[in-house]
Amino acid sequence: MSNKLINLSGINKSFDGTMVLDDLNLYIRENEFLTLLGPSGCGKTTTLRIIGGFETPDSGQVFFNGEDITNLPPNKRQLNTVFQKYALFTHMTIAENIAFGLKIKNKSKSYIDDKIKYALKLVNLDGYEKRMPHQLSGGQQQRIAIARAIVNEPKVLLLDEPLGALDLKLRQDMQYELIRLKNELGITFIYVTHDQEEALTMSDTIVVMNQGYIQQIGTPEMIYNEPENAFVADFIGDSNIIDATMVQDKLVSFLGCKWACVDTGFGNNKPVDVVIRPEDIVLKDAGQGTLDGEVTHVIFKGVHYEMEVMAGGYEWLVHSTSMFTVGQKVSISVDPFNIQIMNKPESEDEEAVQIEE
Amino acid sequence: MKSKRSLLAGPYLFWSVAFIIIPLVMVFYYGFIDENGAFTLENIAAIASPEHSKALWVSIRLSFVSTIICFVLAYPLAMILANMSVNQNQFIVLVFILPMWMNFLLRTLAWQTLLEKNGVINMILNFFSLPSLNIINTEAAIILGMVYNFLPFMVLPIYNSLARMDRDVINAAHDLGANWIQTFCRIIFPLSIPGVVSGVTMVFVPALTTFVISAILGGSKILLIGNVIEQEFTQASNWNLGSGLSIVLMIFIILSMIISAILDKDGEGALL
Repeated sequence: MSNKLINLSGINKSFDGTMVLDDLNLYIRENEFLTLLGPSGCGKTTTLRIIGGFETPDSGQVFFNGEDITNLPPNKRQLNTVFQKYALFTHMTIAENIAFGLKIKNKSKSYIDDKIKYALKLVNLDGYEKRMPHQLSGGQQQRIAIARAIVNEPKVLLLDEPLGALDLKLRQDMQYELIRLKNELGITFIYVTHDQEEALTMSDTIVVMNQGYIQQIGTPEMIYNEPENAFVADFIGDSNIIDATMVQDKLVSFLGCKWACVDTGFGNNKPVDVVIRPEDIVLKDAGQGTLDGEVTHVIFKGVHYEMEVMAGGYEWLVHSTSMFTVGQKVSISVDPFNIQIMNKPESEDEEAVQIEE
Repeated sequence: MKSKRSLLAGPYLFWSVAFIIIPLVMVFYYGFIDENGAFTLENIAAIASPEHSKALWVSIRLSFVSTIICFVLAYPLAMILANMSVNQNQFIVLVFILPMWMNFLLRTLAWQTLLEKNGVINMILNFFSLPSLNIINTEAAIILGMVYNFLPFMVLPIYNSLARMDRDVINAAHDLGANWIQTFCRIIFPLSIPGVVSGVTMVFVPALTTFVISAILGGSKILLIGNVIEQEFTQASNWNLGSGLSIVLMIFIILSMIISAILDKDGEGALL
């Protein structure tokens, strides 16, 4: 797991004078499921296309197993791509599509036939050899695109929003399917998506990107529980992001109250951002918590109630399994462990966050 | 609702009956009778006479050669156009369509003036003491006229089929290990065959039936089947024979379209 299979070093890329990637540095470990996550235009697809060889960076290098592959054409790279709109060869049968890469490599007919059978079994589409791509549903076409890529036994599989065109139920099924495939095949997956739920479900490592900069790299738990800045907090799940002042270690002040927290090392009386996840807020009877307020909206979401609470001049987003009525006086209380402190953006890297907001 | 919709088709229905179906029926009617109005197959069989079959053979040969030349010129050009950015290619496409805005007859007459014995091209050649070119009134001049006039009809459908192609399909072929030649032979060309077929049809059929190009650039020495039919109608006033030969020509056009349709089907992925 520790071997750095792919290393991107100082990648810059711009299109028509617009900077898309600015000094991007990233490594991908062997056998890892890494997700590039961000809103459209954040540079995630461009990063993937540079790894795949479909774009050349303006400057910087791409290393594969320690070898510089920056200028190597896609057909010479030991990786395969699953494209967003599947990009199946519409004039070929499913079997011919899957066999394409193997025929190019002059594999024997029996080897190719075995591989087709194996790949179709792997994606649960046995017996589809003779069909044409247009006879298949979107989800089935997507599986064929994956089968076509994996029969070549790539070291790395690149996936560019492969589930974007599928409906919710199918997307969830395919997420589990992809995790299963990754574990069975033992190859490295680099996955691009703008869907944070997808990223949290499948990834070993998430790379959150915005405006050509990497905002945070970490495990799904780290990204969700300890976002490094307001952009990450806002992009991953719902959150309350509030201007605050770090009074001293383990004490933060916002909305006119002092709150106990667990973070240290931010200095005394420093401006910071505070993130509190809606499910971490505990609503108590008026006067019992830290900050009193009034419920202004209640929506039933199935698993929980989504409520808005006006307190201290801020509209809090609260998720709770117990129901409160609109107009009810409540008091907000948060476990110190659930108050996440973040530095205000300072560097150029983080300025992008501000533009986005 | 349904009757309202079929009402909308009315104008076209009227048009096709008045100007397509009735004339077609009349051609068949005249083609199968003699001057006394009795049924005969003589007008059809007339194609077997040496002068007619020669004209048909020359027509097929020249249109075939023109179609191939058009294809060879058009395909690389269409590829270049399809790979250009939108702003650039709109200009180039315009340059290619521009000659079509000029009258067909005028363009062909212009070639006559250029190619004549004492025409512009020979004047320039003579000026540099080069041997003069004598291609006016030859088959080469007719082929030149056909290629010049019909080239855009080959370029545009091929360009369309190439430009519509998803870039990621080509990327996918590279990704799976194919180099440029393999990608072209196995992916790009097979996927562009519908464009090629319609381009071939749009060049071959008008080239096969033309009589203007051969009349102007071929003098009266080379008769195409189009010239023969035209003469039967305008000079010999033998509508029956003219119609009979038209029917034969129609059969050849339908045959060529069937062949191209079969090629389209089999051509998919059959290369290499």
